[in-house]
Amino acid sequence: MTAEVIVPALAGPAPAGRTGRRQKPTTTWRLLPILPAIVLLLIFLAGPVVWSFYGSFTNASLTGVNAQNPAWIGFGNYLRLFSDPVFPLSLGLTVVFVLASAIVGQNFLGLGIALLMNRAHRFVAGAVGTCVVAAWVLPEIVAAFVAYAYFSQDGTLNQLLAALGMTGPNWLYSFPMLAIVLANVWRGTAFSMMVYRAALNDVPIEITEAAMIDGAGGAKRLFLITIPMIKSSITTNLMLITLQTLSVFTLVWVMTAGGPGNQSTILPVMAFQEAFRFSDIGYGTAIATVMLLIGAVFSIIYIRALRPSKG
Amino acid sequence: MHRNVRFAVSVLAVTSMVALVGCSTAADNDGDTQTLKIVYQETDSFTALDTLFTKIKPEFEAAHDGVTVELQPIQANDDDYSTKLALSQQSGETAPDVFYEDTFRLRSDIDAGYLLNLDDHVAGWDDWSQFNEGAKAAGMGDDGSIYAVPLGTDTRAIWYSKPVLEAAGITIPWQPETWDDILEVARAIQDSQPAVVPFNMYAGKGTGEGTVMQSFYELLYGTGDELYNEDEQKWVVGSDGFKDSLDFLKTLYDEGLAVTPAEALDANVWKKVFGELFPQGKLGGTVEGSYTPSFWQEGGSYAWPEYVDDMGVAAFPTQNGEAPQGVSMSGGWTLAVGAKTENPDLAFEFLTLALNQENALWYDINNSQIAVRADVASEQSYLEANPFVAAVTDLVSVTHFRPATSDYPKISAEVQAATEAVITGQLRVDDAAAAYDAAVEGIVGSDKVTD
Repeated sequence: MTAEVIVPALAGPAPAGRTGRRQKPTTTWRLLPILPAIVLLLIFLAGPVVWSFYGSFTNASLTGVNAQNPAWIGFGNYLRLFSDPVFPLSLGLTVVFVLASAIVGQNFLGLGIALLMNRAHRFVAGAVGTCVVAAWVLPEIVAAFVAYAYFSQDGTLNQLLAALGMTGPNWLYSFPMLAIVLANVWRGTAFSMMVYRAALNDVPIEITEAAMIDGAGGAKRLFLITIPMIKSSITTNLMLITLQTLSVFTLVWVMTAGGPGNQSTILPVMAFQEAFRFSDIGYGTAIATVMLLIGAVFSIIYIRALRPSKG
Repeated sequence: MHRNVRFAVSVLAVTSMVALVGCSTAADNDGDTQTLKIVYQETDSFTALDTLFTKIKPEFEAAHDGVTVELQPIQANDDDYSTKLALSQQSGETAPDVFYEDTFRLRSDIDAGYLLNLDDHVAGWDDWSQFNEGAKAAGMGDDGSIYAVPLGTDTRAIWYSKPVLEAAGITIPWQPETWDDILEVARAIQDSQPAVVPFNMYAGKGTGEGTVMQSFYELLYGTGDELYNEDEQKWVVGSDGFKDSLDFLKTLYDEGLAVTPAEALDANVWKKVFGELFPQGKLGGTVEGSYTPSFWQEGGSYAWPEYVDDMGVAAFPTQNGEAPQGVSMSGGWTLAVGAKTENPDLAFEFLTLALNQENALWYDINNSQIAVRADVASEQSYLEANPFVAAVTDLVSVTHFRPATSDYPKISAEVQAATEAVITGQLRVDDAAAAYDAAVEGIVGSDKVTD
């Protein structure tokens, strides 16, 4: 016992003095191996963000006089954005898209499937898992064409309905938001399912069993034991799928291109259209910056929720 | 500590340099080989230019020792092509030496500094005198200098299916005198042949520039109003003609005389028109370009030899039959030399080879273009290329050109948005016109619009 107390006491001050002098050199040297990674991150990740932020204060364009000599126009793009009638619509559609397809659709469906898989026969669980993950491993452009082929006028869905004697509407035209929400749920549920499967595996079986012995039913065990224990996985998952869904572009572009009219023009589609269809890079980057802010707001909310509660 | 900071900084510098060198893969060709980069569009229904360039590439390389011609076709629709082209112009490494460019984007791209001034080059080019004045003007910038040379031009007309019209009891040849004549015939087709689309006109953003060139402007320029007042150099807003034109499109779509709005918004609807509807006798008529036969003739993407007998051409009428009793729109594509080229002389030489009499003749015939060279226009083989050459060439007398200003592409996009809002029922005609007026004012400023 005494030895245990003495050794740290002896070892404590002396090495501390040495490391005190060596601390900085060691840290600098330790930075060395990760420097290339930092440089690449700065160039390829931070660089475009900074450029985009800068571009949003200019009238940079792909063609016309402004392509040659872009000028600093301060908050011009932002003022224009906030008076653009398409912007509130687009913002609203983006929020609906994120809430419906990610937070409600992917999250709850993923959790539900994960819970059921824990109970299901191994074969059933494997088969369901494979089907769900299949949509997720497809490259985005392929998944987008599959979803387009499914929902289009003469697509799979309407052929199935026709076989049942019903005439389906043109989903992409009549219900564009519903179509892209369902497509994104189909494509993204696998991610939540895998996160929750891993989390559920970490819930100690003893606790659940103890609760069972104490007479807690299924619902009680779920809400009082399982969910509190995987709380951090839930917030992490929510944050990741929110950010993923905020940046979904290919899926929507292929399926509806933001149409008809502007009925499915979520912010990434609006940014693309302004920047590359109307050649207005400055305005497009302003929309991108707003998207960045929305993502940041969501992140802050989740990070706060993630903070371990005191006591 | 200072030593360490300095060391860290130098490591940072070295690694960034390694990273940057890794980025620039393109080697400088300062040695004895030179490369000419040729950028152009290629789609499943537009391969004529690719064929032409592939043919002249070995000729050019044989005539110029040490020169490599690098063909870079971009497989994309018109909108995506222009975006990719504009992006490639951002850096000298990727900018093309010679490229294919739509006339309506020329002024805008000249302002952006993407095109080389060709005044000195055309001055020493014997063939230049063969080009007609309209063609020379099409490649001209605001400063009066020549920046591009047209491959050909085009006009727009009504293309109609003779069997469908005959079945509806219409006398062939058909020439509508007013807008109402079109609606009358379309309704007659609707009554007699319910499975047939009576008269389609493009609308919406999906068909892009096709919506305005092959539909809206035929209407607008037949009302006496216009998009842009050349004398005042101002954009026209609040015109009755604009609303009447929207209203006509709305009537076509609301009464089911055109394809469904959902089909109209599909960017590929024109493929359906050429590839399915007309050949299967399921479309009465539409407004399309003089290049229409290129899709149907032998080797075209929707080969249909019977088009020669089944199809008819008519001029698009003015609203109430006002003079000159017909409306058409003209555009066309050009070849230009990139401003960032390192070999302007060589690039221009390639351009002249592609546009010489023999190659221009081949291209105009195979892509159903209206010739802009006098020595091509008079060739018997050109005049006999298809039965419609004379009819569509006559429309040059009533044709209009798009406003050649650098704001045009943006305003065109707003017109397309207005047509989409109307045919889908999202906005009433007056509201769509008002939204257009506000958008135009936002683009060019209130001092550049006129009532």
